[in-house]
Amino acid sequence: MTATSFTPVASLIGGALIGVAAVMLMALTGRIAGVSGITARLLPPYEDDQFAGRLAFVAGLVAAPLVALVVTGRLPVQTIEAGTATLVAAGLLVGFGTVWGNGCTSGHGVCGLSRLSMRALVATITFMATGFATVFVVRHWS
Amino acid sequence: MAILLQFAIGLVFGAGLLLSGMSNPAKVLNFLDLGGIASGSWDPSLAFVMAGAVAVTFAGYRHVLRQSQPLFAEQFHLPTKRELDLRIVTGAAIFGIGWGLVGFCPGPALTALGFGSRAAFIFVGAMLAGMWLARFLSHMPSLSRIATPADPLET
Repeated sequence: MTATSFTPVASLIGGALIGVAAVMLMALTGRIAGVSGITARLLPPYEDDQFAGRLAFVAGLVAAPLVALVVTGRLPVQTIEAGTATLVAAGLLVGFGTVWGNGCTSGHGVCGLSRLSMRALVATITFMATGFATVFVVRHWS
Repeated sequence: MAILLQFAIGLVFGAGLLLSGMSNPAKVLNFLDLGGIASGSWDPSLAFVMAGAVAVTFAGYRHVLRQSQPLFAEQFHLPTKRELDLRIVTGAAIFGIGWGLVGFCPGPALTALGFGSRAAFIFVGAMLAGMWLARFLSHMPSLSRIATPADPLET
């Protein structure tokens, strides 16, 4: 376990930037900024003609650290402690669960809650609860 | 033009994830570790990420959704489904377990690819496989009949 410091100001501003992106996407394309939905729709079957726009959005996410590197001269801190088997299992669960449950932290947690959607509220409470429970089991039951 | 702007929006979103600390799995796990409240290792920062994001999105959506249509599309594509079903609970529960194991949800995992870390490529590869499997199952007629007839990806 790696200790991290409490960063209320940076987190609040970073969160606001995420909000700005979500509002811009709605204003321009009329769509929810749900990363799992956008990413999953890059895979077949294709139901509409929005592939290029979705790919561009995802490319922007991937390029963000490189822009940060150019602007600030260093990469932001990122610590991943999980081993390969855990990474594969968790990736499968996150990918399957977000598509099966129609959204992730951004689609349900940010956009859905902002639309006062009951479905998003239930989903957000559920994934927060199993997230808390999983960390509790991993860190305190072994 | 619209494509370039969507790339820029992805950049802003990614910058938000990086600045907020959401892109750092260690920070996410320390937030999810309520057992750390007693020992002093709990990091409540992510509550501020959610607060900032929801405040701006709530206010922005109120303004944007009053317009007759988006700038580059004929209409708004908003989720229409309102009723709760088993899928939204089971899916979210499964997602939360994966989130708690590593500390990555989909957005931060994608920005992590830009760090060039091997772990991120493994995670995202598995995530895409999981997404494909869920879509495949959703499109099977026998399953979609009992589960949900609407767009399986609708939020």
